[in-house]
Amino acid sequence: MSQPESAVADAQAGGRAQESLAALAERYGLRRAIARPSLPAYLRQLWDRRHFIVTYATSKNVSNYSTSALGQLWQVLTPLLNAAVYWLMFGVILAQSKHIQNYPAFLITGVMVFTFTQRTVTGGAKSISGNLSLIRALHFPRATLPLAYAIQELQVLGWSMGVLIVLVLVTGEPISWLWLLIPVALVLQFVFNLGASLFMARIGAFVRDINQLLPFILRTWLYASGVFYMITERTAGLPSALRWALEFNPAAAYIEFMRDLLIYQRFPERWAWVTCTFWAVFAVIGGFWYFWRAEERYGRG
Amino acid sequence: MADVMQEPLSEELSNVTVGTPTVIVDDLHIVYKVYGAANKKGNAANALSRIVRRQGRPEMKEVHAVRGVSFVANHGEAIGIIGRNGSGKSTLLRAIAGLLPAHKGAVYTNGQPSLLGVNAALMKELTGERNIVLGCYAMGMSPTETREKYDEIVDFSGIGDFIQFPMSTYSSGMGARLRFAISSAKTHDVLLIDEALATGDREFKKKSKDRIMQMRESAGTVFLVAHNLDVIEETCNRVIWLHKGKIKMEGDPQEVLGAYNRV
Repeated sequence: MSQPESAVADAQAGGRAQESLAALAERYGLRRAIARPSLPAYLRQLWDRRHFIVTYATSKNVSNYSTSALGQLWQVLTPLLNAAVYWLMFGVILAQSKHIQNYPAFLITGVMVFTFTQRTVTGGAKSISGNLSLIRALHFPRATLPLAYAIQELQVLGWSMGVLIVLVLVTGEPISWLWLLIPVALVLQFVFNLGASLFMARIGAFVRDINQLLPFILRTWLYASGVFYMITERTAGLPSALRWALEFNPAAAYIEFMRDLLIYQRFPERWAWVTCTFWAVFAVIGGFWYFWRAEERYGRG
Repeated sequence: MADVMQEPLSEELSNVTVGTPTVIVDDLHIVYKVYGAANKKGNAANALSRIVRRQGRPEMKEVHAVRGVSFVANHGEAIGIIGRNGSGKSTLLRAIAGLLPAHKGAVYTNGQPSLLGVNAALMKELTGERNIVLGCYAMGMSPTETREKYDEIVDFSGIGDFIQFPMSTYSSGMGARLRFAISSAKTHDVLLIDEALATGDREFKKKSKDRIMQMRESAGTVFLVAHNLDVIEETCNRVIWLHKGKIKMEGDPQEVLGAYNRV
């Protein structure tokens, strides 16, 4: 059976018409390849891939620094240098520090907490569009990728937190029992980051220009999040709705939460708990659902 | 006439149990978009004037890569796909793997066909050891399975002590061997191989051929895209010749390869 143009050779060999291929498939229980799994099934698949997620995140961290001479040390140096630049800019040149007690600690906490969210969101936006070859080669729940990027940033944060705590101690703040709540704050923020990065992953996969635009959006967010200034102080004479909006901003809420624990030694107020929890739950449910809805379309077309 | 199930296989492979269909491709059409195929100068002024005039991006083109392909693949078959560059071979494999959506028609499969494409998950800055673990997890293997297969993968790849060095230090042949060793560590019902056997020395080619035969005997189906026709002749029992997205000829390897070589 080597007749040319034998496009339907098998079917014709059986004396079948072309449509019957579908019937044949049904008879043997063959299914069409492309379909989106249900949400519970998708979560199960994702859980089955947990080892890949963690290994991928760790491997990316290792390979990122493998070409530089100082290697993994950059995980500590990068946050330190960042904090130094901002301190020079806002603490010395613009002399913000007059109004705020222990400005270096105030600033560094803000920068580190914001950087965590910023880096996760940036990574998430690239997680699909930057891994098209992987998506086009292997089958796995695509949420694996934004998840792996978020965990990668969590690993980086481990180092930054160490630096942060040392710096806060150096600036003269005492160790407090409240520091035991730091992991809680980080978990809430991580869950929020995860949701935001899943959301951005879908946007980044289909709107190719977002990676050009994202740095500007994130910088605007940085300036609006009270990293360099105190929101309550700056909005003193302004309508309270504005202050409300600024304080409800998730980045600002996580920053304030962390400052309460690390610097002011006070138990965060109830609104801070509510805001931080609300954003975490809202982002992760919304982001996950939004990402899952386009599952079968990633890496196509 | 006989049922599809009794589709005759070539004589030398008649010892392989011919099973039920594993992959049915029914009048498949694949169209995909290509970005960045502009012939005009791509400067900012042009881009702006396009937006103002509400034109689409001219650098986006549609390619009709597969135009109405149908066939049935059974358990225990190894099917070679040949054709010139751009004839739609790789696109067809990706569609079978469920990684490209059908524009028209459908691909029906039993289980999940997997493309031998683990290299996309590997990182060249990392050592071979780490990459084996990463690759196995990427294919969905559990840590226990990975540990069980680890030594076998190292053995099969035959790269010895280099396993402790980063993959960026490997020669292209060594890299290809490790990749094939990793991806063939998992048992696949339907395995799609795209030009993976092009590199590697004689000994490795023989090993990978044996591995493919072994998979066929365990009643899997193997699809093989290669420009190296020897590999196809030696491993496949059926050959599909694609030309401009259509099947030009299909059947016994010797006949099809003979016709292909005469063109």
